[in-house]
Amino acid sequence: MDNLLKTPLYDLHQIYGGKMIGFAGWTLPVYYSSILEEHEAVRTRAGLFDVSHMGKIEVKGKDACGFLQRLTTGDVGMLVDGQAIYSLMCYPNGGAVDDILIYRLGLAHYYVVVNASNTSKDLQWMIQNKTDNVEIINVSRDTAQLALQGPLAEQILQGLTTVDLAALRFFRIQGDVNISGINCLVSRTGYTGEDGFEIYATPEQATALWEAILKVGSPVGAIPAGLGARDTLRLEAGFTLYGHELAADITPLEAGLDKFVKLDKADFIGREALAKQAAQGVARRIAGFEMEDRGIPRANYLVECGGREIGFVTSGGYSPTLKKNLGLAMLEAEYAEEGKRIDVIIRKKRQKAVIVRTPFLKRPHRNKGKEK
Amino acid sequence: MNIPTDRKYSREHEWAKIDNSEVSIGITDHAQHELGDIVFVELPEVGAQYRAGEVFAVVESVKAASDVYAPVSGKILKTNEELLTAPEIINSDPYGSWFVVIEMSDQGELEQLLEAGEYSEFCKGE
Repeated sequence: MDNLLKTPLYDLHQIYGGKMIGFAGWTLPVYYSSILEEHEAVRTRAGLFDVSHMGKIEVKGKDACGFLQRLTTGDVGMLVDGQAIYSLMCYPNGGAVDDILIYRLGLAHYYVVVNASNTSKDLQWMIQNKTDNVEIINVSRDTAQLALQGPLAEQILQGLTTVDLAALRFFRIQGDVNISGINCLVSRTGYTGEDGFEIYATPEQATALWEAILKVGSPVGAIPAGLGARDTLRLEAGFTLYGHELAADITPLEAGLDKFVKLDKADFIGREALAKQAAQGVARRIAGFEMEDRGIPRANYLVECGGREIGFVTSGGYSPTLKKNLGLAMLEAEYAEEGKRIDVIIRKKRQKAVIVRTPFLKRPHRNKGKEK
Repeated sequence: MNIPTDRKYSREHEWAKIDNSEVSIGITDHAQHELGDIVFVELPEVGAQYRAGEVFAVVESVKAASDVYAPVSGKILKTNEELLTAPEIINSDPYGSWFVVIEMSDQGELEQLLEAGEYSEFCKGE
């Protein structure tokens, strides 16, 4: 693990007993105590994640909006200051470069959060497609990122700041939030399906921020959580993971992300291919399934119907909350319909499963209410 | 790390408790710790024959599936059905959670297995 990057919280992970693994070029805890315990903490109380490995890119300049409009599938022009959208960057053939979050921090100032494993590829892609009057700055290593997720997240964080967090709605971000004396950027987003926040601070202050949150959080049951729980939580929430449900050879429409592809906005890279695919209908699509037979589906297991191969599992595992074995699979479109029966090939045996609706787990409390 | 002295160990982190020709088999404390939360176990059919070193069972943690290897050759006499419904007991009680009982066909194979002290050293070296 010597050649892996360390986040600003590396030493702290050791102290908290994190079991470290290599992930996207970084060394990060897969769990501290147990994936199941950490998963449950996030669903019922709160969990604190180090997500400093995420790529962070600032896009600035007079034509920043126009540039992002052309680069991504979402309507960046609709954003107001402090608002975020989930969006995609595509290749001209419609395949995905990455799925990203775009925050509008101010006029001509955007903050883009990308997958750790794609950071350098994304930067290259952005620079390659850069237009005049646009500045692209990689701030990945200048910023620590924590995620506090779970139904008690607001209560815990509110104990450390005078800023009214109830007023910060889902997919909104606020700068200059003083948390326990630390200047932070706070966003009401996450990758768990729960209410929660992603908090950005300088690397130097990351440790103090982590400790401050746990000091207030521990008495109400908040615990540190690792990559293992992050993955089981996102799977239950039915969220796409780049490299699994989405890839250079999987378009957003095949991934079922139709609502994030604004074909009717001005031209963007990949629009023509995606418009054609939308008009013809996708030949294959991601669908959620639930195992009926025994067995845990895992990525790349083949899927059959009536003895014929119809696709493959993209993500799968045991759902700690639902206590079922679930997965997402890329299937021929006619099979990607709720109620259809499929066979997942697990260790050379056909195991029955049924297509179900996603998200597998629907959670309340996302603070989507009207702005005050 | 807990390593009882009343049984022998494989280099793949299985334990074998010998009662004449009947050998009960499970995975070690080290193995369960490395795997993390165990959520699924697949056991062989009673009567099936396995050679030493062959995969006879599968144990899955939240993260991944891992093979379990037969430390000795022989026929499966019994399987522990409790593991199918409560696989988590392997985490809490690895040495009480036997997977199978094998009727050993070659006593000589026991020579290949490690004593508790040797296994402890082996784990340190990994």
